[in-house]
Amino acid sequence: MIRRLMSGLAFVITATNVQAQVVTEKPPIPLTAEQDVRFRELLPDLRCLVCQNESIADSTAPLALDLKYEVRGLVAQGKSEREIKKYLTDRYGDFVLFRPPFDARTALLWLGPGLLVLLGLLALVLHVRRTRQAHAPSGPVDAAALKKLLDEQP
Amino acid sequence: MRFAIPLIVLAGLIAVFFFGLQHDPRELPSPLIGKSAPAFELPIVPFPASDAPPLRLTASELKGKPLLVNFFASWCAGCQVEHPFLMQLAQTGTVELVGIDYKDADADLRAWLGQKGNPYAPILADLEGKVGIDWGVYGVPETFVLNADGVIVYKHIGPMTAEAWKTKIRPLLGAGA
Repeated sequence: MIRRLMSGLAFVITATNVQAQVVTEKPPIPLTAEQDVRFRELLPDLRCLVCQNESIADSTAPLALDLKYEVRGLVAQGKSEREIKKYLTDRYGDFVLFRPPFDARTALLWLGPGLLVLLGLLALVLHVRRTRQAHAPSGPVDAAALKKLLDEQP
Repeated sequence: MRFAIPLIVLAGLIAVFFFGLQHDPRELPSPLIGKSAPAFELPIVPFPASDAPPLRLTASELKGKPLLVNFFASWCAGCQVEHPFLMQLAQTGTVELVGIDYKDADADLRAWLGQKGNPYAPILADLEGKVGIDWGVYGVPETFVLNADGVIVYKHIGPMTAEAWKTKIRPLLGAGA
């Protein structure tokens, strides 16, 4: 427990200390207008590994900036979206993609919400049926008797 | 009987949370486990400082014996936490430690290790963090365990601990360690 707290604390301190790392000047990578569009479309699909719920496009974490630079370089080299995503998943795993590929490991992730909705619908249908049966009229309505009852009202 | 289904659902949720919440979401599985260490060529940081032209080291030179490759930096607080344990480990001589100094200034590095001691056999400088990206590093400290063939067999994320060393890493290094 104490160790967990310690590493948690260490993480917080690391996070605040990040500014002290060396930032090297890198030459700007020019993109054509078409490449720039591809670059901008690609970034929101890529997860920042430091902040985890931000995309590389939104994050200002140093690693996100580095990865943005790498991706920019790959776009400039004319790499396809598939090749660029492979470059990233080869290093960081599927986690770097906001939409991981569908396979045996991610099947529950992709199908789970649908399965839960289906289960809920099934439960709802069963419940409605049961209550309907409980409140169903016991037999056909006798129209004459009903009219007589209504007429008796003052 | 009326409560059977809600109770089963509740028990299921408790089980899911019990196992699910024990995972640290900051610890991401590395796709590099079981693969050869990614290629690199980095300058060796002379320690203590020297005027000789810096030597360079490549990934292929890491083969031959099991190693720990530790990505660290003098600016990283988690690295301060693990430093005493790495010093202990270096003193026992059970395994060689290769340090990759991530986006750090050589002067800061020397000041820190000069004061606290140097557990690393060679220290390599990854000034731009490019080798870090190739190794899938997303936050120092991270430690890779390489076998004698230069294949990554394990990755430890966060400060190295005596417990991780004993339970996870030493068993991977074989009988000698």
